[in-house]
Amino acid sequence: MKLLLIALLPWLGALVPLFSERFGRTTCAWLTTIGPALALVLTLVMLPSVFAGELVQVRYEWVPQLGLSLAFRLDGLALLFAILILGIGLLIILYARYYLHEKDSMGRFYSMLMLFMGAMLGIVLSDNLIQLWMFWELTSVSSFLLISFWWQRSSSRKGARMALTVTGAGGLALLAGLLLIGEMVGSYDLSVVLESGNLLREHEWYSTALVLVLLGAFTKSAQFPFHFWLPHAMAAPTPVSAYLHSATMVKAGIFLLARFFPVLSGTELWVILVSGAGLCTLLLGAYFALFKHDLKSLLAYSTISHLGLIVLLFGLSTQLAAIAAVFHIINHATFKASLFMAVGIVDHETGTRDMRKIHGMFKYMPYTAVLAMVAALAMAGVPLLNGFLSKEMFFAETLAQDLFGAFSWVIPVLATVAAIFSVAYSFRFIHDVFFNGEPVDLPKSPHEPPRYMRVPIEVLVAICLAVGIFPGLAVYDILRAASSSVLGTEVPEFSLAIWHGFNLPLLMSAVALLGGLAVYASRAKLFRFQARFREPDANLIVEREIQRFVRACQRLTQGLENGSLQRYLGLLFLATLLMMGSVLIDLVPLAGSREMLPLDGVAITAAVLLAVSTLLTVLWHNQRLIALLMLSVVGLIVSIIFARFSAPDLAMTQLAVEIVTIILLILALFFLPQEMPRESTQARVLRDIVLAVLSGTMIGGVCYALMTRPLTSIADYFLAESKPGGGGTNVVNVILVDFRGFDTMGEITVLGIAALGIYKLLMHARLHLPTRDANGRAWAKDKHPPLLATVAQSLLPLALLVSVFIFLRGHNLPGGGFIAGLVTSVAIILQYLSHGVEWIKDRLKLNYQTMIACGLLIATLTGMGSWLFGRPFLTSWFDYLNWPLVGEFEIASAIAFDLGVYLTVVGATVLILANLGKFSTPFRDAVPDQVVDRPSTNRKEAR
Amino acid sequence: MEALYAFCVGLLTASGVFLVLRSRTFPVVVGLTLLAYAVNLFLFASGRLTVAGVPVVGQSATYADPLPQALVLTAIVIGFAMTAFVVILALRARADLGSDHVDGREEQSNGELN
Repeated sequence: MKLLLIALLPWLGALVPLFSERFGRTTCAWLTTIGPALALVLTLVMLPSVFAGELVQVRYEWVPQLGLSLAFRLDGLALLFAILILGIGLLIILYARYYLHEKDSMGRFYSMLMLFMGAMLGIVLSDNLIQLWMFWELTSVSSFLLISFWWQRSSSRKGARMALTVTGAGGLALLAGLLLIGEMVGSYDLSVVLESGNLLREHEWYSTALVLVLLGAFTKSAQFPFHFWLPHAMAAPTPVSAYLHSATMVKAGIFLLARFFPVLSGTELWVILVSGAGLCTLLLGAYFALFKHDLKSLLAYSTISHLGLIVLLFGLSTQLAAIAAVFHIINHATFKASLFMAVGIVDHETGTRDMRKIHGMFKYMPYTAVLAMVAALAMAGVPLLNGFLSKEMFFAETLAQDLFGAFSWVIPVLATVAAIFSVAYSFRFIHDVFFNGEPVDLPKSPHEPPRYMRVPIEVLVAICLAVGIFPGLAVYDILRAASSSVLGTEVPEFSLAIWHGFNLPLLMSAVALLGGLAVYASRAKLFRFQARFREPDANLIVEREIQRFVRACQRLTQGLENGSLQRYLGLLFLATLLMMGSVLIDLVPLAGSREMLPLDGVAITAAVLLAVSTLLTVLWHNQRLIALLMLSVVGLIVSIIFARFSAPDLAMTQLAVEIVTIILLILALFFLPQEMPRESTQARVLRDIVLAVLSGTMIGGVCYALMTRPLTSIADYFLAESKPGGGGTNVVNVILVDFRGFDTMGEITVLGIAALGIYKLLMHARLHLPTRDANGRAWAKDKHPPLLATVAQSLLPLALLVSVFIFLRGHNLPGGGFIAGLVTSVAIILQYLSHGVEWIKDRLKLNYQTMIACGLLIATLTGMGSWLFGRPFLTSWFDYLNWPLVGEFEIASAIAFDLGVYLTVVGATVLILANLGKFSTPFRDAVPDQVVDRPSTNRKEAR
Repeated sequence: MEALYAFCVGLLTASGVFLVLRSRTFPVVVGLTLLAYAVNLFLFASGRLTVAGVPVVGQSATYADPLPQALVLTAIVIGFAMTAFVVILALRARADLGSDHVDGREEQSNGELN
């Protein structure tokens, strides 16, 4: 429970600065520290039990089907990182209070910083692979936000984008690697994975998984060849650089190596990849750091180099090397964070970070200078400071390894070379900034920073000294605890003494110190040498590649998506044919074992009619009215087919819908071009015919295969339960309003939405209103033939009666809400047709939107009614009442639901047609060709 | 009978596919309607063909499968709603863009906007 709280506190804390910003900057900073401070205290409370070797775990199931749980663990490694993250985080909060300019939004900064802290804590505390990855990506995102904190600057945006691209892509590789690991082990629990080292190393997917995981780790920890993003991330405010890009986030990759050290390390591939990348990074970072004039760039490359050192140690795969790596994680975090903060102060007080301008700062800020110099000396690896100890261990390990046979000596030599450069850039930092004459035209006159801005540096430098002088006292326990979880076994004896006697590592340190001084002394020559090479600007390269990629994507998208529906559909049909056809080919021979119905004359006649009218629809599709008439014939025959094969409900629905559809299409024709030139090329027609015939063959074939195979259906359940369970004998209707009432509910909702969408589409439309037909003849003057009007009017009550009848009997005989609704709609539409919108408007005061809403409301309320009786949504109820005179009569809640269906169908159908219809009425006799913007007075009619 | 039924479904599908591949809105809408018929008939056929087996309890000896019927019934109504929506969209498109093309071309057909 405590553990969960530790993990969640920074997330909760992210809200604090947003609310407390208004109380002033100092208050905001102090309130922000509450969350991490509490978390730190809770972590420290658990210190003794973790030192005793206890593993604290907490687990909540999340999506167990996916192996995802909310699980946290606190072992030595997690503890070490949690203390670093929370402790340094607190110092950074304090520091940022003074660093940020008054114009910068403090709440936003702190909030994002806390988000990052939460994500980072999540990584180190996670006990589930997927969860770990999620937090991993969250650090990339929050890092993106923090780097681009000064989003007005182009360099910030570009740096942030590059960091996100590189680390985000690495994160995806990591996900793939973690998924592989999870599949290999059969569990995504870290605890289980950590026990399965042998299984993993011997698995055939091992190398793939390893490479993927390393891609994630190397991108995050800026290892060669992915190191280029880190210097550009220095566009972030300095507290961010100090926190994310030296102490914590870039250590996430290292953490990953440490976390999976027990299960992935030790193989040849691991040694080559990890130590290779580490060595390259170590050398490259140390070398380039010397030539950077920007203070933060120097530190960035130095960070890259030190990260390489740690990675190299993990790559060596021995137990002592791993311990040395953990030790250097602690040391690097302390001295590098303090150096960044010192640089931030210099930047803050002088207004520049250029080492060619900043000189002699010792005079102006002696106190800060001393602190920075101690930290820099720790970085150089000078005795009595923490950097010295871990560097000694590092040298000893490079000497102890025997990985590359006769060439093993190369590693200690290269390590010494890197150390020489490391000393050289450290000296350059000290000498250039704090001594070396007078400053050159600084934007500001420098002086000591505010008192509390130095406190974080003092704390960290004190730790550097404490660890350097009393290593056994200061770090032995935590180093031991962390190492034990990295190694996964008992920790071998190791000593943290300052003095090991005269030995090779000491000699290497001495060579490094003297060599570094020598290199720094001859820097002028080296700088000239380096100036001959043009350094590629990673920003430009990355931006260019991204833009090239985007252009390629655009070309691809435009090629596929050129705005032509024909092309989309053609591709869609083709893809469907290929994908379905390749599978369905197994159906051949098509005929199954089921006995077939005999053919008869009626069926053949209907089929011929259907075939002819379908083909004529296609052939004459350019003569639109005729095509429409043919289409109506097809619809009629479809409805006859339904009737023939025992589906009277369907037949009635189809018939009614057919009428409404044809009326709608005829209305639509009025607004569309009356004639259409043939414009498809021969080739296109041929292509489409091939596509069409293939599709038709496939669907027809599947349909045939389906029908000739025996059927096992759940229909028996519905047939048996319809009367006792649903209270009706018309099984189709009972399914609609009862068994699958929820489906119906969704469907009438869609219907309502479609109708309202149409209403909205037509509301401000400026439709083309033709006044004459294609041959120049005016439309009929006789708007509303009296014969039709009279008949329609007298039919209305009859039609309404019929629909009531169909509605009421629907539960037991073919009929129901859908069909009754359609019949009513047809009756009302007939009135519109025969009398015109104006006439109806005055007589039939129905608001169809309200009607749709009422229908949906009734259906929903009926469904919710069952809650009152403690039943699930849409549970139906029915009973039989004995009414006087009428006799036994059934009442059922399903009838109310069906009423909802009825109202929605009527509302939607009439709304659609009446709204389109009203466009055709006005101005029909106007002579000049025009596009009519309907006057607003007509807008409300026929709703 | 089944073969004939399957032929009709196939023909409706083929015609529908051909028409939706035309370049103007109206044949596309007609094609969609034909495809809707084909789909409904296909779904209906998944309950197999039964003559004289209306699924009303007590009205016949054997019953047709009521479930596909119920599904197709709503499909018909929804199909109408969708057709209507597409039609109105086509009208609105012609009103706003001045063309009833769906092939991505913007050329104006002369003399038709009467």
